[in-house]
Amino acid sequence: MEYLAPHDLGEALDLLARGGVTPVAGGTDFYPALPPGGARESLLDLTRIDGLRGVSRADQGWRIGAATRWSDILHADLPPAFDGLKSAARQVGSVQIQNAGTVGGNIVNASPAADGVPALLALGAEVELASRHGRRRVPLGDFITGVRAVDLAEGEMLLAVHVPAPPEGAVSAFEKLGSREYLVISIAMVAVVLRVVDGVVDHAAVAVGACSPVARRLAVLEREMVGQAPGAVSINARHLDGLAPIDDVRGSGVYRMSAVADLIERAIKGACHG
Amino acid sequence: MDKRLSGVTRFELNGAAVEIAPRVGERLSEALRERLGARDVKVGCNAGDCGACTVLVDGAPVCACLMPAQQAEGAQVETLAGLYSAEPLARDLAARFEAQGAAQCGICTPGMMVSAVALLREEPAPDEAQVRDALGGVLCRCTGYRKIIDAVTGAPGRAVDDAEGHSGAAIAKLDGAAKVSGRESFGDDVAPEGALHMRIVRSPHARAGFVFGDLEGYAAATGLTVLTAADVPGRNVFGVIPGFEDQPVFAEAETRFRGEAVAAVVGEAEALARFDSADFPVTWEARAAVSSVEEAMAAGAPQLHSDRAGNVMCGGFVAKGDVEAALAEADVVVEGAFETAFVEHAYIEPEAGFAEVVEGRVHVHACTQAPVMDRDALEGILGLPGEAIRIVPTATGGGFGSKLDISVQPYLALAAIKTGRPVRLTYERTESMQSTTKRHPGKMKVRIGADATGRVTAMQFDGLFNTGAYASWGPTVANRVPVHASGPYVVPNYRAEAKGIHTHNPPAGAFRGFGVPQAAVAQESLYDALADRLGLDRLEFRIRNALDNNVETVCGQVFAQGVGIKACLEALRPAWEAERAVARDVRTGVKRGVGVAAGWYGCGNTSLPNPSTIRAGITAAGRVVLHQGASDIGQGSNTVIPQIFARALGVPVSVLSLVGGDTDLTPDAGKTSASRQTFVSGNAARLCGEALRRLVLTRANAGEGAEISVTEGALVIREGGREQRLELAALEADGMGYVLRAEESYDPPTKPLDENGQGAPYAQFGYAAHLCVLEVDEALGRVRPLKFVAAHDVGHAVNPLLIEGQVEGGIAQGLGMALMEEYLPGRTENLHDYLIPTVGDVPPIETLIIEAPDAHGPYGAKGLGEHVLIPTAPAILNAIRDAVGVQMTRLPVTPARLWAAMKEARDG
Repeated sequence: MEYLAPHDLGEALDLLARGGVTPVAGGTDFYPALPPGGARESLLDLTRIDGLRGVSRADQGWRIGAATRWSDILHADLPPAFDGLKSAARQVGSVQIQNAGTVGGNIVNASPAADGVPALLALGAEVELASRHGRRRVPLGDFITGVRAVDLAEGEMLLAVHVPAPPEGAVSAFEKLGSREYLVISIAMVAVVLRVVDGVVDHAAVAVGACSPVARRLAVLEREMVGQAPGAVSINARHLDGLAPIDDVRGSGVYRMSAVADLIERAIKGACHG
Repeated sequence: MDKRLSGVTRFELNGAAVEIAPRVGERLSEALRERLGARDVKVGCNAGDCGACTVLVDGAPVCACLMPAQQAEGAQVETLAGLYSAEPLARDLAARFEAQGAAQCGICTPGMMVSAVALLREEPAPDEAQVRDALGGVLCRCTGYRKIIDAVTGAPGRAVDDAEGHSGAAIAKLDGAAKVSGRESFGDDVAPEGALHMRIVRSPHARAGFVFGDLEGYAAATGLTVLTAADVPGRNVFGVIPGFEDQPVFAEAETRFRGEAVAAVVGEAEALARFDSADFPVTWEARAAVSSVEEAMAAGAPQLHSDRAGNVMCGGFVAKGDVEAALAEADVVVEGAFETAFVEHAYIEPEAGFAEVVEGRVHVHACTQAPVMDRDALEGILGLPGEAIRIVPTATGGGFGSKLDISVQPYLALAAIKTGRPVRLTYERTESMQSTTKRHPGKMKVRIGADATGRVTAMQFDGLFNTGAYASWGPTVANRVPVHASGPYVVPNYRAEAKGIHTHNPPAGAFRGFGVPQAAVAQESLYDALADRLGLDRLEFRIRNALDNNVETVCGQVFAQGVGIKACLEALRPAWEAERAVARDVRTGVKRGVGVAAGWYGCGNTSLPNPSTIRAGITAAGRVVLHQGASDIGQGSNTVIPQIFARALGVPVSVLSLVGGDTDLTPDAGKTSASRQTFVSGNAARLCGEALRRLVLTRANAGEGAEISVTEGALVIREGGREQRLELAALEADGMGYVLRAEESYDPPTKPLDENGQGAPYAQFGYAAHLCVLEVDEALGRVRPLKFVAAHDVGHAVNPLLIEGQVEGGIAQGLGMALMEEYLPGRTENLHDYLIPTVGDVPPIETLIIEAPDAHGPYGAKGLGEHVLIPTAPAILNAIRDAVGVQMTRLPVTPARLWAAMKEARDG
């Protein structure tokens, strides 16, 4: 067993292709899930790979490296459409977790309650995957395929998240519901990105987390919001179609459905009024 | 390829270059503690849930338990000890932590302070919101966070600078400096280098038969030493209540709860780091288990103990007057059924320690609340006389009742004896939660009647308490509940019965209040309903019915003095009136509510002896040594016992040298339990101080009023202008090295309870009343406490600063019990599924200290530790009811449960 911490992406991909390595970055999901007896195979530390950390402007939008810390997101200079993502970043675990946990790890770990995913979905994010055989881009909503399941082939790793440039003037918000103030796994989450022109919505993206195996956009609601005044948006059951919240120790499914409707309205209000 | 493939990691630790070769997968926390000796980095959960292990990596706070050690390559890593020694900002912060009483047990203090230093470097004058955000990732179970917030924002210090430091003075904790500098040694901090490590093999099922495979072959193949029930030389059973010893060290043939130990392995650190209990040769056969009291009491239910029919462990009973007749005659009767959950103590320090054999005796160093009880338990298990066992308590990182029971101790002692080498064991967070005791879930049915004038006339209480697989302190709960379930009120007709019921759950035992907080939830909720039915103000109704001097309790006990409940309730009146005047509708969808509740708690054992002994001596060199055996688990006995002793002897507290509860050095001050240390050990300390003073004054032929000063090698006694030196070197030292020595005991006077629970169960009670203001978000069911006002009758405030700390910490625990805490075996066995309050969850708390002196207490003092959370949960429930009109009857009141209850009330 080795601890491998390459600086070069090509080396990292070679090591991944060779197999028998577990990738690790911020460690915030890796260690809590570590089985008794510790690591069983070599670890591939992704945090030293050149270019994997940081937020940068790209041609068509923004690029967030997979090893970008949540605290990097908080400190990045980003337009208001990213306020929801920043709000989510601020609510990932604690300062300690935000300083270590990465955007890529949050996505690949594929928890239904991943705090970062709804905000990225609402931003229309795509993920960029790399292997020794090449690169591909997949919409984030397609990449996460189920509870703890992602569309990642053998030897493939998440390289970056790409966010298309949001409409000029778009605003956003994120609402997280938990049973305590900090360090809490979400009962439900909502992220919205919207633009209001002349008092009516002309762009709407609404994503909900912790209410289905994979966080999801609410397409019907988004369509119907366009053309409405944001204050006039009222959530009905049809809008929540596709959500299937479970009953668990954090709350019942019925409760989640009710809470989500309220959280959406709060998020819309929050986005419009800061 | 990177050079780190060589296996060497280099970084800077507190400014010094270090080099280590960690295992693949080793956490930075382990590397810092075990390879680099940075034991100031505390490990509470190994999952990023508690933040105790927070260190700065290139200036940023991170959980060292979540960082691969190799990732520190090239980084600057800073820990509390380094910051404290090198950075003025950290030194100032440490002084503020001490002056605020922001460190109680001290186990979270390194994580708190390191996180705070990161904030203060960026923002030298942070506001409260910034502090909350910065500290939101560090859990504290003792303080309730308020004093920590004050320490970081730089609020004026609360400790007084009192040269004498006698009982009555709000001095900073005497053992605080070690806690704020990273020097304090807890259970996992004391093992010698090279000690063997140990892991326990535990049942994955609530109930299971099991068969071992080839243990000898396994041991030979792995090089590990294996321990099972067959290795217990004495009796494979322990328990804390005589007649109820029922828990095996290692289960035999069948396990009775998930997490019960069946075997242990001992070996070198590196081998144990790779140990996975799934590889251990044991075959499990899961069997039908009972988890609720209903299941356990059903016909045909599996029986946990052959001598306890129907799974009934035991019961407690108190009856007075004719409750049926009185209820029939009452003008108003209210009734309700209430249910509470298993609550986990969730101290941030998991059980830990080490043991070694020294000159034929076994020494056990571990965190504990009861060193002498630990020794007594080991006597039976090891089959050794008490003289062959030495218990050396380490600092204890929180206890709250659970560290009254043995945990790691027998395993350590057995392993040290079997291997002949020092052995250490620290529970993982999950095994700590699985295997140690819990607060009993209570299912309670209560009826209370009153007459039209608003006098309570009768109360009936029936409680079933889920006591888990083994008795532990369950009998104490069963006995205490009926004595206390009336609350601190006059109830002329009363009948209360509590039963402990065995289930296949972890043993429910002692937890701050011994069942009384559960009973108070039922009784205090119904008092609001009763007041409303009578059209009376809820606070005034309580004042009208409050106990008083010369009035009988439900046990027929009459106190001529010291009954302070009325004063507590009256102290809440201004806040009650002011808060009730504020509108209920805060903003759309948010309702505000105000609730009050009261509580009482008898200090010391119920009608049983529980003596404490305190010894003190003066050496020829003039050292005054206080043997203080009352375990300080953060509550402050290392400070208040010396304060009482110093006042009695008449010397400044600063001249005292303390010796802790090492069973070789210090007499038995009993257990830290039952809110007894300030009262019982405090009295022993007072008597000891007075006795030593008499010895000194007799030698000097001086009168009672003489002043004693301690100087090097002599005592100076001044009286009326006369001054004489008592040369200590001239006196002969005794076998303990003291030229003057006193040792005194105190046992509170109680009387046995008769078959109806009538008698004198306690020499004193303490009293409490809380007011809670909160908001309810109606759409989400979220409850946000805004403020508490807490009035506590402590008789005499030995240390007002520490009293505030107890009150704030107790309220935080009561808040957690009310709103978020529920232990479910197999489901909430960690600190991210089991939620305790964070720094953002505890609102400002105003403590009102009431002093109704008690004739038995030292200088009038009463116990406090458990009283503080008894009124909290019902005050919250009453405030919720006030806000939204819904009576919650099941704890915890999670957002989902409150939302459902409000919906049901709306929809009918």
